[in-house]
Amino acid sequence: MTASLSIQSVTQRYGTALALDAVSLDIAAGEFVVLLGPSGCGKTTLLNLIGGFAEPVSGRILIGGKDMAGVAPAQRPTTTVFQDYALFPHMTLADNVGFGLRMRGVARPERRAKAEEMLALVGLPGKALRRPHELSGGQRQRVALARALAVAPDVLLLDEPLGALDLKLRRAMQDELKEIQRRVGTTFVHVTHDQEEAMAVADRIVVMNAGKIADVGPPREVYLSPKSLFSAAFMGEINQIAVRDGQSALGALVPGTGTLLIRPEAIGLNGALPLGLCRVEDVAFFGTHVRAHVTPLKAPGTRLTVHLAQTLSVEPGAVLDLAATDHLMLEEE
Amino acid sequence: MRLLSWAYLAAAYAFVFLPVVVLVVFSFQDGRLPVPPFQGFSLQWYDKILGNGALMTALWHSALVAFVSSALALVMGFLAAHALARVRLPGSVLLRGLLIAPMTVSYLIIALGLLTTFNQAGISLSLWTAGIGHVVINLPLCFAIAYAAMGDHQKNAERAARDLGATEAQVLWHVSAPMLAPALAAAFFLSVTFSWDEFIIAFLLTRFDVTLPVEIWSMLRSGLSPATNAVGSLVFLVSVSAVVLMEIFLFRRPK
Amino acid sequence: MSLHAAERKLGWGLLAPALLWTLAFFVLPFLAMLALSFAHMEGRAIVQGFDPGNYIRAFTDWSQLKALINSVEITVTVTVISVVLAWPLAAIIAWRVPQRFQRLALLMAVLPFWTSYVVRSYSWLLVLGKNGVINKALMGTGLISEPLALASTRTATVIGFVHFFVMLLTLTIYANLIQLSPNYARAAQDLGAGDWATFVHVILPLTLPGVITGAFVTFVLCIGDYITPQILGGNAELTLPQLIMLQMGRSGNFPMASALSVVLMAVVTLAYAACSRWLRLDRL
Repeated sequence: MTASLSIQSVTQRYGTALALDAVSLDIAAGEFVVLLGPSGCGKTTLLNLIGGFAEPVSGRILIGGKDMAGVAPAQRPTTTVFQDYALFPHMTLADNVGFGLRMRGVARPERRAKAEEMLALVGLPGKALRRPHELSGGQRQRVALARALAVAPDVLLLDEPLGALDLKLRRAMQDELKEIQRRVGTTFVHVTHDQEEAMAVADRIVVMNAGKIADVGPPREVYLSPKSLFSAAFMGEINQIAVRDGQSALGALVPGTGTLLIRPEAIGLNGALPLGLCRVEDVAFFGTHVRAHVTPLKAPGTRLTVHLAQTLSVEPGAVLDLAATDHLMLEEE
Repeated sequence: MRLLSWAYLAAAYAFVFLPVVVLVVFSFQDGRLPVPPFQGFSLQWYDKILGNGALMTALWHSALVAFVSSALALVMGFLAAHALARVRLPGSVLLRGLLIAPMTVSYLIIALGLLTTFNQAGISLSLWTAGIGHVVINLPLCFAIAYAAMGDHQKNAERAARDLGATEAQVLWHVSAPMLAPALAAAFFLSVTFSWDEFIIAFLLTRFDVTLPVEIWSMLRSGLSPATNAVGSLVFLVSVSAVVLMEIFLFRRPK
Repeated sequence: MSLHAAERKLGWGLLAPALLWTLAFFVLPFLAMLALSFAHMEGRAIVQGFDPGNYIRAFTDWSQLKALINSVEITVTVTVISVVLAWPLAAIIAWRVPQRFQRLALLMAVLPFWTSYVVRSYSWLLVLGKNGVINKALMGTGLISEPLALASTRTATVIGFVHFFVMLLTLTIYANLIQLSPNYARAAQDLGAGDWATFVHVILPLTLPGVITGAFVTFVLCIGDYITPQILGGNAELTLPQLIMLQMGRSGNFPMASALSVVLMAVVTLAYAACSRWLRLDRL
């Protein structure tokens, strides 16, 4: 099952601290949305409000068009995959996955069948009688997913679901997560602080900062044409060059006043935007590219980070004539 | 240093065990006084106490009061701990302090206060008035143990259960209580021990249907006797068996 | 908002039984006792009123004041001796005894804890009495010719108490020690501290919360106990609980007993205030 989600001007306060500041967001049924941001940005607060674990100071949350005000977590068409999985240690996997159905009065055989089906869906067939402590971290994560999906929620909430896994496993699980979402068609709202994970799974990324939405859009859009300096920097390394009336430390590059943004991988030996001669300060080989810090000869106080082609071998002290293939100008308001 | 450690350990064990060994040894005394010299091995005192109706009644009273008052204290303590650990209530620090407060008050004072109240309210003393007192002393214990055991781990599991549609009663029954089972069992066991062994409240708040410690107390009044040794040894045997069983079945479970 | 309200209602509902029980059978009786402590006796009848006479008597009548002083002296002595004896015992079990025998060693060290409390004091009587084990042994070896007067003395009371509280404190201190990472000691030694300096500056301060909590519990249980001084100390000198029982039993003077109880509680409260900084009662 699936449903749309509408967050309308939601504000949340903890004491005097403003955790969410009039946030509005519409999510389509069946969409995979990632709330991305640093810790304390309000992403988990928003997830808790959707799940019904807290109530907003003001604003409305609608799921499938229905106002959720005063509706307890149990009655909401949402379920959550918790960061620490919160599996019930005293129950078998089948009992864990079947718990939601049991609470809905579903008979035991039917529960068991559904649990087996869900465990197979997440890649754990035949493990119904195991207990959580016998599983690895990745397997527990799958059980938590199966348990949350077993009651066929309209909206599945995932609170840093891969946060406890090591990097390699996380990359493998995020592909699987995307695949499972495609198969069940449920609306997924996923919270993370890892922008690579966000880009790997999301239909749309919501970048949050200090209780506000800093940017919204598909991964490509948020990465290549961010609407704020914050989201530009949070999505990955980026060079920022201050521009005033068309003038910058590197000379006249673009018109206007604001910040010129250039991704390191957009800088190379060829490009439409010439950056001039730059001296290489240090070099590190990164496998897919060569990462270097360079200082433009025109502007000794500026340092740029560049990703050069893997095949290019440069030494510190070398002088290169660099240019950018792509750039973005964020005008000051 | 190492040798000194072992010597200290041995001395400490000797000190700790001395009275118990003397107690048990002279319970088998074939004579009228439980003091040296040891006059021979006899089971007559055990025979005598097992045939002592008053003593056996007191034993039954003690067990009854211990189990009933501990069960009450455990249920109330667990529910209160759940409420204070999970729900943000105004003045929760104060409430927690109030529930734990009886732990810092001498049993004698609790007994005296209850005695005063029961006298003024015209409630006559019985086994159940002592039981009320035992719940008062065991409630803070059960509450504190349950409260301390409710970590974030349980909290998240309870949240997950609620999220999956469990009512509060179902959360308590299917998730919280089973997850806290070791702590709750320990709290119950400790409560039973305390209540079973408690003297002053039982002494002041019962009249005719006395408990075992009170009955032993009245045996002491007639002076030293191997019969008292025999009772003490039996109580010791039962308690130690319970501890060993608990140790084997409850605390040795794989985590 | 309604979710909060429902949750709160539920919270109060769950809390209600424990709260009501505590109010009805702990707070209310205490208030009743407090009120009674300001009453006085006329003949054998209790006359209610606001008369601080009982408190004045408690601090001016030497026989009453002496009981308070005895109680505090005995309790402080017992607490100090018990801590000093229990700390090394806990440390030896935690650091010297092999890991897999530690639980057994601990269980053994507190085994007599499981004898009946009344019987435990009684068995010390068998050890310390005039015809007791110690006197018989000493006279048998010819070390003394007359039995020592061990029973019915303050020494006997202190021994009986120390026996019980060493077991209790060993448990709490052990629990504290076992949680300490061995890296604290390693770090101290790595930075040039000797064994003694490590102990004084690192290990001891880290176990202080456990020690203080255990000592406070010892203090509370010891100062309020009637059985041990009654059996082992006899009536040679009275402690406060013995005096309270006497006031109730012999003279039926409930107001005086109540006032003395309030004094006893005040002493405990003072002790609590003195060490509240380190106390972790909810973590016992």
